[in-house]
Amino acid sequence: MPALLEVRDLTVHYTSGNGAPAVAVDELSLDVEEGEVVGLLGESGCGKTTLLLAILGLLPESAHVVKGSIRFRGRELRTLSGAELRGLRGAEVSIIFQEPALALNPVRRVGPQVAEVVRAHRRWSRRRCREEALSMLAEVGFTAPERVHDSYPHELSGGERQRVVIAQALACRPALILADEPTASLDSTTQAELRALLGALQSRFGLALLLVSHDLGALAALAHRVLVMYAGRLVEAGGPTQVFGDPLHPYSRGLLRALPRAPDPAGSREQRIPPPIPGMSPDPAHLPPGCAFEPRCPDRLPPCVERPPQETRLADGRHVRCFKYGG
Amino acid sequence: MHGLLLLAGVSLLSFVLVELAPGDYFAEMRLDPRISEATVHALRARYGLDRPLPERYGRWLASLAKGELGYSFAYGQPVGPLLWPRLRNTLLLTVTATALAWLLAVPLGTWWATRRRGPADAALTGLTAMLLALPDLVLVLGLLLLAVRTGWFPTGGMVSLGHEQMPWGARVKDVAFHLVLPVAALVLGIVPALVRYVRASVADALGAPFVRAARAHGIPERRVLFRHALPAAANPLVSLFGLSLAGLLSMSLLVEVVMSWPGLGPLFLEAILARDFHLVLGPVLASTFLLLGGNLLADLLLAATDPRIRTEER
Repeated sequence: MPALLEVRDLTVHYTSGNGAPAVAVDELSLDVEEGEVVGLLGESGCGKTTLLLAILGLLPESAHVVKGSIRFRGRELRTLSGAELRGLRGAEVSIIFQEPALALNPVRRVGPQVAEVVRAHRRWSRRRCREEALSMLAEVGFTAPERVHDSYPHELSGGERQRVVIAQALACRPALILADEPTASLDSTTQAELRALLGALQSRFGLALLLVSHDLGALAALAHRVLVMYAGRLVEAGGPTQVFGDPLHPYSRGLLRALPRAPDPAGSREQRIPPPIPGMSPDPAHLPPGCAFEPRCPDRLPPCVERPPQETRLADGRHVRCFKYGG
Repeated sequence: MHGLLLLAGVSLLSFVLVELAPGDYFAEMRLDPRISEATVHALRARYGLDRPLPERYGRWLASLAKGELGYSFAYGQPVGPLLWPRLRNTLLLTVTATALAWLLAVPLGTWWATRRRGPADAALTGLTAMLLALPDLVLVLGLLLLAVRTGWFPTGGMVSLGHEQMPWGARVKDVAFHLVLPVAALVLGIVPALVRYVRASVADALGAPFVRAARAHGIPERRVLFRHALPAAANPLVSLFGLSLAGLLSMSLLVEVVMSWPGLGPLFLEAILARDFHLVLGPVLASTFLLLGGNLLADLLLAATDPRIRTEER
């Protein structure tokens, strides 16, 4: 039985005028099973958003898939026609973008923007689409869906807008939702609410979720598996307790140390500020020939500069791409 | 409110500027040896030209309030009745041209925005650049030349001989026929700029994150264009609408003179040459008024099309 979403050896390049193409996603493979929540962690610019856009065939003109395959329910998405892709987007695979303020059309009421997603995929009457939109708005936690239906985006708060965006994504009951840092732009109380909402909707609809997030709390609570991405590659994969409790790859360790968490009030000011990973992520147009993390790595070994490490499967089921664990 | 202040400012400033210009309607009479100095003096006193500036401004304002807009020396009658039919003719010309220009520019610019990098894109870029670079006067003269050579359209005026005797329907047709050439000149003059604006704002809207989001939800491309990109692009275009009226109005003065359209343009030119002060001020005020009207219309349209502006006003 193949996984719901299977990405194999996906490589995406950005070309800008002349010069070497920038490698945004580099031979990346991942699976998302039916009803599974997969968390994707990585710093800004490591290719997470590009990966999500590539899956839906929404890459900007400057980017293109160089090789690899993207299969959804066994169907290769790369060879689908424009019309077939359009039928798939929003109906079977949806996406939630990071900035809810920008994902909604500012000059149109939000209710019709939810209803039109339904209308784009179902041969239903206008009235039935409207009712469906209202019930989706209730589903994402609005107590007065009628009022929200007739509001313009600027009349709603950031959290409310993100709920509307979630309602759009859910409107046609897709099997898979790609979520690009869905809570990043919100304040922490609202984040917690939306995290709970996503969890509730996920189990209620049996959704599969590919969740890109810096929100460790969300990933720890929701994800069945966590993937760590660096410079377009997966460097580590495992259960949330494994990855968060005992990260193996030197990059995962640095990243988890650098992410903010509830500080220890007893510690000194310096101890309470998370330490950054030294150095900069590599220029995607000039990736080093060896491991992309080697220049910043505290544990480098002789082969690290020569060739990229291969993925190693460990006895506890985790995957890691580092010479320390065999390479 | 703002508009009223502006109108007052324009009236004062143009009055003072026109009065500051050397000479007056009677200045040339002094060169004529048959007219005595005393006669000229008496004439100037009769029309109040020997009074100090503030008093003359006050009198002019008073006549403005009565709707006379001052007194024309050359025509020997109040300016108001001279102005109204001219204003009507200018409005007929500019309103027709504005409507036509936008009806052309919006579909063309929208279509252009969806054709990036291609033969159509290159052709439209070249064509509009050429038309933009062409001076208005050359354009107008070129059209005139075309009309003279082919004889397809009348080359000047607003009505044919015997217009008064025609039945109602034929009269409308006659005016419409005379409208073709000046309207074509105005439209050709302004459409290139409008098309470029429309293309830019629609292209802008098509690149917006909510358009990407709409595509990500599988909304059909036509709907993305017409229901998402176009409404979002409307805001800058509506603001431009008021401005386009201003541009057309000033260009229309030129077109009217060259194509002898009996609008404000020829009257204005004639009044300036004769130093017929109050008759100069009439068209200036009328143009200001039209401009203000255009901007007011644009603001109302903006409030109607953009919900964000409606909220600000509440």
